[in-house]
Amino acid sequence: MSAAPVMPTAGAKSMVTLILPRWRQHTGFMLGFCVLAVFALMAILAPMLAPYDPYAQDLMARMRPPVWMDGGNWQHPFGTDQVGRDYLSRIFYGARVSLFVGLSVTIISCLIGTALGVTAGYFGGRVDTVISFLITARLAIPVVLVALAVVALVGSSLQIVIAVLGLLLWDRFAIVMRATTQQIRSADFIVAAKVQGASNFQIVMQEILPNVVNNLLVVATLEIAQAIVLEAALSFLGIGVPAPTPSWGLMIAEGRADVFFDPWLITIPGTFLFVLVLATNMTGDGLRDITAPEGRNR
Amino acid sequence: MYRYILRRSLSGILLILAVSLATFFLMFAGGDPATRMAGESGSMADVIRIRQAYGFDRPIIVQYLSWLGGFVTGDLGRSLYFDMPVSAILVERMLTTMRLGAWAILLAIAIGVPLGVAAGCRPNTKVDRFALLFAVVGQAMPTFWFALLLVIAFSVTYPILPSSGLDSWKHYIMPMVVLSYFAAPAIMRLTRSGMISVLDTDYIRTARAMGIVPHKILLKYALRNALIPVVSLAAAQFGYMLAGSVVVESVFAIHGAGRLAWESILRSDLPVIQALVLCFSLFYIVLTFLADVVNAWLDPRMRIA
Repeated sequence: MSAAPVMPTAGAKSMVTLILPRWRQHTGFMLGFCVLAVFALMAILAPMLAPYDPYAQDLMARMRPPVWMDGGNWQHPFGTDQVGRDYLSRIFYGARVSLFVGLSVTIISCLIGTALGVTAGYFGGRVDTVISFLITARLAIPVVLVALAVVALVGSSLQIVIAVLGLLLWDRFAIVMRATTQQIRSADFIVAAKVQGASNFQIVMQEILPNVVNNLLVVATLEIAQAIVLEAALSFLGIGVPAPTPSWGLMIAEGRADVFFDPWLITIPGTFLFVLVLATNMTGDGLRDITAPEGRNR
Repeated sequence: MYRYILRRSLSGILLILAVSLATFFLMFAGGDPATRMAGESGSMADVIRIRQAYGFDRPIIVQYLSWLGGFVTGDLGRSLYFDMPVSAILVERMLTTMRLGAWAILLAIAIGVPLGVAAGCRPNTKVDRFALLFAVVGQAMPTFWFALLLVIAFSVTYPILPSSGLDSWKHYIMPMVVLSYFAAPAIMRLTRSGMISVLDTDYIRTARAMGIVPHKILLKYALRNALIPVVSLAAAQFGYMLAGSVVVESVFAIHGAGRLAWESILRSDLPVIQALVLCFSLFYIVLTFLADVVNAWLDPRMRIA
């Protein structure tokens, strides 16, 4: 693998013309990406799209069923919750929380994981041994449990949830970046840069990172999905984003008491959560297929 | 082989030490534990008394070593809520969680491996598409939501299964399905990709050219090699599953270790939380160790790594 011919970096333009048709042909990627785009729009435009204030309670209109059920009407297309808040508006704002958590957690964990992984892969030897040990230790720690415990101890807020998840979820970045860096560290262009007198820092920034950015993007996408699910799970257990923030996980938790009579309180936010995670995963899988065609069907 | 096991167990012990250190410092994540235990109405004198009673006034390294020493000898400290030794509460809860987890991982393997083999033998056919759909949906399904959906379907709409507890075999069905659907997609995918790459090798082509019956090639030569990475994955998934039982046990009201963890977190019962985190990590470390040993036994090349 180490002797694999590394293509000279082609101009950005020709790369796009090379890859664009592949994007279009990949149904899973296109589907996932479009759905993701819709969710992103939903999150950005939430204040304009939402018919009501997501926090406004209306005790005269509690537990109205959604429009497709008996007694539902277009005034509240998704009905209202236990304290009469418009469910549709809360779903829109919930997309904000989910995507914001997904992106911020991924940025934090990407920085930590990439720094560790590239360092381990580039220097090898003892540095690699120490960092690999750190990665294994991190894998042995139960994420959900530790995240729950720390959030509960420090006090639950959106920022704390993001910080704790970000500090916990860097393992996949580190593993993938270590492996990909190892593959290219003895390639000719790295040796050439060394001969020219480039410092280690320059080599990492200018030679290695541009060559591993594809893999980084794939891991980041899949990591966004994982962060979204974990935030929802923490909020569902009552130790995540605090009420009354419109988080989908929290909405499911609030609807749980009424599971026997009004299951739509659970199925609606759950469906949105599921579709968002599905679309994100499909985008990530698609990116992997497109950027690494040799890995297709694997 | 013995040298490999020795080396591997040494690194396992180092790992346990590292994780125990992290778990120990978890206690201090929320600031001074004595102040926390004294509560809002506690006076300074209370705080000082608690500090002395629990030994928080000792140097931190001494506290860590005595906690670790206690752990090794089976003394996990005292629960603040139950006022009982943690070990007395933990064992039974842990057994419940492990029993459920063991059934679930068996089910996950029973679904994931055959499906992965079927898909890997015929890539890009209907079977393969179905298997991929199964995996993609499973990996996107939040466990707590899937659990609630099952409750809605089989306890509310068609009341055929009980929604809480763990009293009869019927109680096991839904939690088992939820946990195994969490683990099965990864097992399926790895089996599938393993089959695809093994079936592409020279020795399989040779076996085919020699006219060995296809099912024998598949089972005796291909599957055995394709399954080597699956052993490690299944072990790791089992570890994750135990740790992930927090969610499932809270939905189905199962009195296992996961629910205990959740309740202890809500009551800030730190000794119990620490013991649980360390136990779950320990399970993961032991499981991956066993998987590595099994792999080294199956494939001598692994013993060098």
